[in-house]
Amino acid sequence: MLKTFLIGIKDLRIAFRDRAALILMLAAPFVLTLGLGMVTGRFSGNSNNGLADIPVVIVNLDNKELGNALADVFRSEELAELVEPTFSADPEAARLLVDEDKSAAAIIIPAGFTQSIIPSQNAFAPGSPEPAVIPVEIYANPSRPTSSGIIKSIVDEFISRVEEGSLSGQTSILQLMLSGRITPQQAEAAGTAMGQRLQDAPNNDTLAITLNSSTADGKAVQFDVLAYLAPGMALMFLMYTVSYGGRSILAEKTQGTLPRLLVTPTNSAQILGGKVFGIFLTGTAQMLILIGASSLLFQLKWGDALGVIALVLAAVFGATGWGMFITALARTPAQVASVGSAIMLIFGIMGGSFISLDQLPPVVQNFAKITPNSWALDGFTTLGLGGTLADLSTPITALLSMGMILFLISVVLFGKKNLVQK
Amino acid sequence: MPNILEVQNLAKNYGDFQAVKGVSFNIEEGEIFSLLGPNGAGKTTTISMLSTLYIPTSGDAIIAGYSITRNPMDVRNAIGVVPQDLALYEDLTAKENLIFWGQMYGLSGKSLANRVDEVLEQIGLTDKAKDRVKTYSGGMKRRVNIGVGLLHKPKLLFMDEPTVGIDPQSRRAILDTVKELNQQGMTLLYTTHYMEEAEELSNRVGIIDHGQLIAIGTQKELTKQVGETETLMLHISENDDPETLVTAFKGIKDVLEANVVNHEVSVITHSAKDVLAQVVTKANERGIKIHSIDIREPNLEAVFLHLTGRALRD
Ligand SMILES: Nc1ncnc2c1ncn2[C@@H]1O[C@H](COP(=O)(O)OP(=O)(O)O)[C@@H](O)[C@H]1O
Ligand SMILES: [Mg+2]
Repeated sequence: MLKTFLIGIKDLRIAFRDRAALILMLAAPFVLTLGLGMVTGRFSGNSNNGLADIPVVIVNLDNKELGNALADVFRSEELAELVEPTFSADPEAARLLVDEDKSAAAIIIPAGFTQSIIPSQNAFAPGSPEPAVIPVEIYANPSRPTSSGIIKSIVDEFISRVEEGSLSGQTSILQLMLSGRITPQQAEAAGTAMGQRLQDAPNNDTLAITLNSSTADGKAVQFDVLAYLAPGMALMFLMYTVSYGGRSILAEKTQGTLPRLLVTPTNSAQILGGKVFGIFLTGTAQMLILIGASSLLFQLKWGDALGVIALVLAAVFGATGWGMFITALARTPAQVASVGSAIMLIFGIMGGSFISLDQLPPVVQNFAKITPNSWALDGFTTLGLGGTLADLSTPITALLSMGMILFLISVVLFGKKNLVQK
Repeated sequence: MPNILEVQNLAKNYGDFQAVKGVSFNIEEGEIFSLLGPNGAGKTTTISMLSTLYIPTSGDAIIAGYSITRNPMDVRNAIGVVPQDLALYEDLTAKENLIFWGQMYGLSGKSLANRVDEVLEQIGLTDKAKDRVKTYSGGMKRRVNIGVGLLHKPKLLFMDEPTVGIDPQSRRAILDTVKELNQQGMTLLYTTHYMEEAEELSNRVGIIDHGQLIAIGTQKELTKQVGETETLMLHISENDDPETLVTAFKGIKDVLEANVVNHEVSVITHSAKDVLAQVVTKANERGIKIHSIDIREPNLEAVFLHLTGRALRD
């Protein structure tokens, strides 16, 4: 255990001494993020980015104040650039649009939605049970995680404001009614007013996506494009780091240090474990440095710290699995390097590091599921949109499973390959 | 003295090829034992089996009481290994390399730090300890390579051709280090294809060729086998071609063998004084100036020649 740790530390140290490696691990993703950020206008205040005109279909079966207010949010000027809403009366038709990948998500506002929040006079008869809130259904397109994530966050934000009932510290209408301070008759008017307010004065918070009014014209909708670019680039060059680490396994063989390790009282499991741990450590260090630097220099908000750390660890684990797998298949360090570079680029593109996956054909989107990039990017987007660790179970599970499976295959392949014994 | 190493019919095949064909020998505690043989003789393969890196095809060896096949971990603790090819992390400093390898031998804390300083002193790199190995000369790298093998104070040290490809000065330093280690009580198994090194260092020598030990014993015992021969060593100018002399000398009656050794020409004969005049004449005829001539007693080169009909270095 200790030796495994020591071998890992040794590899971390060597990686951070290699100037060429440092350029690819740290400088390249940083500079590319900066460059692409400029192209997309992050640094000039222009909010145009790869994520625009997200198709969303809205089915308003409620047709009351809050349902209308939510629909109006999507019609609003503020979201005009970001979303491309269509309206339908048929939930099935709406779901079909999503299934056919013509829409990123369907928002189905059920009948009685407003009433479940702002009860009518009848429902508010003494002794009757407090009505349960009927949830708004979001039918998301799984192949467009980012876009549907954005739609979901807009709806979540609306709902949470409704539930909190406060835009500027007001007591919720529901509470007002329950406490008898307004009559149910008044509630309808209050609801209308509230819908109005929700539409006009969305609050400002620290999420990467905000329906905000803080920019110069007070109108622009912001999804910080860097919140997408920076993790995309970091993840792409994480693939470099893991193949660099994999290469070092074979390099230790050719440079004679692996045979030398094997004549010390250290067993091969400790050695292989140490090498894997070294890759993991180096990848984690790389990600944390990139995250730290972009937070400081670009004021980029990565979101929930715990979530970020857990996601980084899972992403590096998944990527390390790939590094091991490439290494187990290759014969020479040079092969690992060239296959590694190819995979870095392919995964970078497929995984959505350059362009949002939503803009790629479905075949590619399915293929992308084998890349750690897409799952991790999905997770980082969730975090950037205000999600927490609790919302990351899918990407984290996927990344951990990916790492485990690849690791097991690699161990079998390494066993067959017989690194040292003659 | 008890045996620290007992090799019993050790053999190794690479596929169909028999690299080591069942060798047996013992090493006594406190001695320097040399395995002398040409390239490809099976020296590295033998050391690799003894150091538990390769699994023998057959046979076994007992080191410090442990079998290399049944108790490899105990063997590893007892031995130090200096591989033929450098095995170091070039991006780490000498000190960092020594610390890392010391950790792999289970050293830690103060005792590791002290031991690293001692070894740095011993290999003469205390001043350069904080430079990365990749900035070192070949000789300095070789010394670090040796230092790694010394960290855990092994009872038995394997050194596989530690002087190949370095300048004479570094070579001298390494040979001195070997003797010093032996004086401090370390037992050594030293492989080489340089007869002079085996002669200078070893108490006993095993001569290995084509995977077989063809002779074993002290130098005296070995040279006795050759009978009465003498070797003439001719030192000639750098610009002259020694090969032309070798061809010429082979034509002289009474010359048993002529070879090129480090740009010198060696001539083996039963009687030096009978061939001396002819040797000088042949050289003059070819316009080659002889700077000096040494006449040597029978040596291991002659033994190898006697046993195999070939020169040690072809
Ligand atoms: N891994 C290997 N696979 C096949 N043949 C090998 C291998 N290693 C060495 N040999 C062959 O075995 C013989 C002995 O090699 P080696 O032990 O390295 O000799 P030495 O160290 O005395 O020069 C040589 O003929 C060499 O070509
Ligand atoms: Mg050798």
